[in-house]
Amino acid sequence: MDFIVSENLSISPLYGLLKLTPSTGVMPDTRPGQFVQVEVANSKTTFLRRPISICYVDEEKGQLWLLVRRAGEGTAALLETKAGEKVNLVMPLGNGFSTSFDGEMLLIGGGVGVAPLLQLGKVLNKMGKKVRFLLGARSKSDLLLLDEFRRWGEVYVSTEDGSEGERGFVTQHSILGEKVDHIACCGPLPMMKAVAKIAQEKGIDCEVSLENMMACGLGACLCCVEDTADSGHVCVCKEGPVFNISRLKW
Amino acid sequence: MVDLSVEIGKLKLKNPIMTASGTFGYGEEFADFIDLNRLGGIIVKGTTLHHREGNPYPRMAETPSGMLNAVGLQNKGVDYFIEHIYPHIKDLDTRVIVNVSGSSIDDYVAVCEKLNPLEKIAAVEINISCPNVKQGGMGFGTTCSGAESVTSAVRKAYDGTMIVKLTPNVTDVTEIARAVEAAGADAVSLTNTFLGMAIDVEKRRPMLSTITGGLSGPCIRPIAVRMVWQVANAVKVPVVGLGGIMNGRDAIEFMLAGATAVEIGTANFVDPQVTVKAIDWIEDYLRRHNISSVRELIGAMEV
Repeated sequence: MDFIVSENLSISPLYGLLKLTPSTGVMPDTRPGQFVQVEVANSKTTFLRRPISICYVDEEKGQLWLLVRRAGEGTAALLETKAGEKVNLVMPLGNGFSTSFDGEMLLIGGGVGVAPLLQLGKVLNKMGKKVRFLLGARSKSDLLLLDEFRRWGEVYVSTEDGSEGERGFVTQHSILGEKVDHIACCGPLPMMKAVAKIAQEKGIDCEVSLENMMACGLGACLCCVEDTADSGHVCVCKEGPVFNISRLKW
Repeated sequence: MVDLSVEIGKLKLKNPIMTASGTFGYGEEFADFIDLNRLGGIIVKGTTLHHREGNPYPRMAETPSGMLNAVGLQNKGVDYFIEHIYPHIKDLDTRVIVNVSGSSIDDYVAVCEKLNPLEKIAAVEINISCPNVKQGGMGFGTTCSGAESVTSAVRKAYDGTMIVKLTPNVTDVTEIARAVEAAGADAVSLTNTFLGMAIDVEKRRPMLSTITGGLSGPCIRPIAVRMVWQVANAVKVPVVGLGGIMNGRDAIEFMLAGATAVEIGTANFVDPQVTVKAIDWIEDYLRRHNISSVRELIGAMEV
């Protein structure tokens, strides 16, 4: 479906936030943790779509937010799009995070991986649950959308250089010493694996959102597979991108 | 009204647009985007005798105007296909063709024997060109004797239309095409992917778990068009053209080079509606050029 770029906000040279409006005016239903495949019309060398998490759905303004990190030529071209331009999305794709669980939750995000946790936090908040975010980054300048996160829950921060919040990795943050029954996590793979290890040790229910490289996003190309304990290779795009760590061979 | 129908041997297609194996799942994955009944044919994912897990991740790397893949024929095997997939797709109003692969000649024969009684399977496409498996696959397709022996063995086991899918990773693709024609193939399709490789220079590591993989996408199209043209001039059986077709224009290009029908592959990943858009474009092309049947375009390049 076609969307119009309403705003393209540069957060830093590395990150941007695209706010998109559906050309039909009708926002498709989505679940937190689902993603879109964005066509990159202005890229000279890439031609596959870019899979990007749904960061936030602003129902009032009818906008879909995509948080984009400049990773290569495709995402660079996306960050160059101007307000008023058209972008084509295939969406919504994949399955999202669970929202029906009891107990104390912690949503852990790292780098650009914080994106889907904003929508998840909002949905959980509106369900009347107490939301806590633990957001990690290399440095203060890599912390994204903190004010938006604060609207929906308590925000705890760790940076590797100590420029904001506690110094170190998210896995070293003191909040993990408090009661946590459920973790939803999205970020770089080493971070997610470290979080999963802690969750396993402490017996915490934990979901992670994977970002395996994919071509189609529809379960056809079989490129983005993850090896699961129960079903062998499964497509991250179709069965994920969110997996309970009990399914993964981590 | 223009006539889009074409014939691959005895097999009549409503239009020349089919989907390439491994890029369209079993069709169902695309049912939300297009009316599958509009397609000339659906060539389903490569099917083997037994379940295959495929190669480890990572299996793909994007390259300029193309992509490398190293999926390695992940599929649940022919029995699973017959029991769980076939019932869903058999009543589609399009030609369902099964792409068959194996690591031995006996494997190919066994799969085709199981498919032979299925009324709604219009044809098999014998894959002797997969670059991503350790045994069999492309191994059969790079020598005339290997290609000939698979083709003649399957010919005895399968009564319907047999298309043999050729690899471009050979010195002279026309020799292989002639060998499979002589061995009883009803048609040939080409090209499968080109063997390629990409390296992450920062990590000094290969981009694919298998180091090498198959290159597809528009970057290969001119080479594929050339090979289709060569093969069409070398054999009498119909040629099915594929390799980097992104739209109706590209499909026509293959037909002018000598293809009777075409397969759209990697483009499905970029635009799930590319196949029906190509059909519409071809229909419009025929009208613009005042051509009554798309068959008039086959090999119609003027030199």
